[in-house]
Amino acid sequence: MLNIQDLHARVDDRTILDGLSLAVRPGEVHAIMGPNGSGKSTLANVLAGRDGYEVTSGSVTYFGRDLLDMAPEERAREGLFLAFQYPVEIPGVNNAYLLKAALNAVRLHRGEAELDAFEFLAVIKEKMALMHMDESFLNRGVNEGFSGGEKKRNEILQMAVLEPRLAVLDETDSGLDIDALKVVAAGVNSLRSPDRAIILVTHYQRLLDYIEPDFVHVLSAGRIARTGDKTLALDLEERGYDWVQEAASA
Amino acid sequence: MSTRSPDVEEFIGKEYQHGFVTDIEADTVPPGLDEKVIRLISGKKKEPAFLLDWRLRAFEHWQTMREPRWPHVHYEPIDYQAISYFSAPKSKDDAPKSLDEVDPKLLETYEKLGIPLHERAILAGVAVDAVFDSVSVATTFKGKLAEAGVIFCSFSEAVQDHPELIEAYLGSVVPYTDNFFATLNSAVFTDGSFVYVPKGVRCPMELSTYFRINAANTGQFERTLIVADEGSHVSYLEGCTAPMRDENQLHAAVVELVAMDGAEIKYSTVQNWYPGDENGVGGIYNFVTKRGDCRGDRSKISWTQVETGSAITWKYPSCILRGADSVGEFYSVAVTNNMQQADTGTKMIHIGRNTRSTIVSKGISAGRAQSSYRGLVKVLPGAHGARNHTQCDSLLMGDRCGAHTFPYVEVKNPSAKVEHEATTSKIGEDQLFYCLQRGISEEDAVNMIVNGFCKEVFRELPMEFAVEAQNLLSVSLEGAVG
Repeated sequence: MLNIQDLHARVDDRTILDGLSLAVRPGEVHAIMGPNGSGKSTLANVLAGRDGYEVTSGSVTYFGRDLLDMAPEERAREGLFLAFQYPVEIPGVNNAYLLKAALNAVRLHRGEAELDAFEFLAVIKEKMALMHMDESFLNRGVNEGFSGGEKKRNEILQMAVLEPRLAVLDETDSGLDIDALKVVAAGVNSLRSPDRAIILVTHYQRLLDYIEPDFVHVLSAGRIARTGDKTLALDLEERGYDWVQEAASA
Repeated sequence: MSTRSPDVEEFIGKEYQHGFVTDIEADTVPPGLDEKVIRLISGKKKEPAFLLDWRLRAFEHWQTMREPRWPHVHYEPIDYQAISYFSAPKSKDDAPKSLDEVDPKLLETYEKLGIPLHERAILAGVAVDAVFDSVSVATTFKGKLAEAGVIFCSFSEAVQDHPELIEAYLGSVVPYTDNFFATLNSAVFTDGSFVYVPKGVRCPMELSTYFRINAANTGQFERTLIVADEGSHVSYLEGCTAPMRDENQLHAAVVELVAMDGAEIKYSTVQNWYPGDENGVGGIYNFVTKRGDCRGDRSKISWTQVETGSAITWKYPSCILRGADSVGEFYSVAVTNNMQQADTGTKMIHIGRNTRSTIVSKGISAGRAQSSYRGLVKVLPGAHGARNHTQCDSLLMGDRCGAHTFPYVEVKNPSAKVEHEATTSKIGEDQLFYCLQRGISEEDAVNMIVNGFCKEVFRELPMEFAVEAQNLLSVSLEGAVG
């Protein structure tokens, strides 16, 4: 579904991605690991189409289409979801309102009927139970005054409601205590399915104890330096990123 | 309609009698302003002597005054001798005969606002019989109001039918010497609205100029006077949720509110007059004096305004908190786009003991617009325990617009508590991208963020107005980002 070929991208004239290639098929869970500054978050943002990330060469196809040619909202409607590392607060806009607008935008794009308030409420309540979220969440401003853990849970709730085909989770584990991590991981696991792929961007192996990946890739200097199965993550935990970086430059 | 009730006949008849149709030629006064013109206006309206006197005194005073130069707005000098002062309602001969003759851009806006077809005709000033639907509606309302003892009529009618009330209250809040534009209005005003709510009466419905058909055609110098007697309660909605077809450059209105002991007046405005084009050509100069007098103890006056129109806005709806324990509130959203300029805010004058005031001002600027908040909180020596809270937020869209805040605070009583908070933020790229990544279009995302920003004000608006205000915002800010 996703095919990244020799991708080069820069931010503020600094080359961050330097020849990255990656293929993702439906049903797969890929973990992208790497030290700070290796380009993990840049990859997530390039895929989502954020301003300020300039692709200089290479290609990304998504279900056969040129992803880089699509506007951010179109990518989203085509089922590409980014769980943000730092979800932004939007004061005064309530959570339920944003989520309903998002869901209906996606449904409209798929040629499905928009949900009215009652139908939406039925959907959201079910998903909130899944994420152990209180109903009071619905009427609070988007991420307004949320704790770090609440923000991350809210991201996964949105993912559950929007049912993407490709979910990119950018450091969803950062800033979570172990209990919150378990809830988030359980949420993500429940969303694994044969026609959905997930890319987990993470710095730590810890998340992978709860969400078991099919592939682990280690990024170094803007490209994938090593690919393996989940045991690679364990090796990394033991030997550190220097080991991969040394191996890559050798 | 053969079974039309006598009320309807009477109402329609009245409209025509005051409707400047039969006598249209004579109602056109050549441009220019002198004592003769004022006598002519007063004479045409068959006004009592006290009113003509008052107008003449105002005119005499006006000639000694100079146009204010302190607002943070810029415009070419206005030639007051080039204006025709009997700018009474437009004749139906000039009005478009059907919607086909109305500017399609205007109709498009109505459609976006979701205004029903027959109402669009009224708003556009179309002289068609379709308006009679609303006339009967208006008549029903009139009957219901009369039952409650509430007087709600045009200013001219009030002058004829209730001169004692006009004489007692006119100019008692905004004296004819008040300021350049208010004084000009006092000399030449042509019509407006009058409301009197008797003691202990809770007005059975929201009053709206909208129900008064001729209000859509009121000229550029209108005057509103609302008196809420002891223990009464009234909510008044002003204005139009769609751009009026109005070529007038200068709109200098005066609004006076009087609240007696325990009375409450809630005054809501949604204003969307023609703002001029993208290059700042044309548009209304909205120079309005609005002031409420909390004359009685425990009285309350609340101003809520959503302003998206006009080329230049200069207005400061204010409260004089005279009665003990009286309360003044000001909730405002002012949107400026393209070349619009707004210098707006409020004045809260604390005179009585334990008087309280709240100010929430939200300014949104886009394009090359300039928006200023100017507010005065004044606590006089006798106002023991006075309290004010001011919150003043600005949202900028793009990098060519500006927002300015001019808060003035004068406190003469040491027991007073005055708080001021102000923020300025740019519509966040991060917020926008967050919404886009969820599949929401840029336009919807901007609306959502802006509406969130204005929420505290919108929730003060009557329900049906709140929805229209939100729609209005999205129309006004269309294309402001991107």
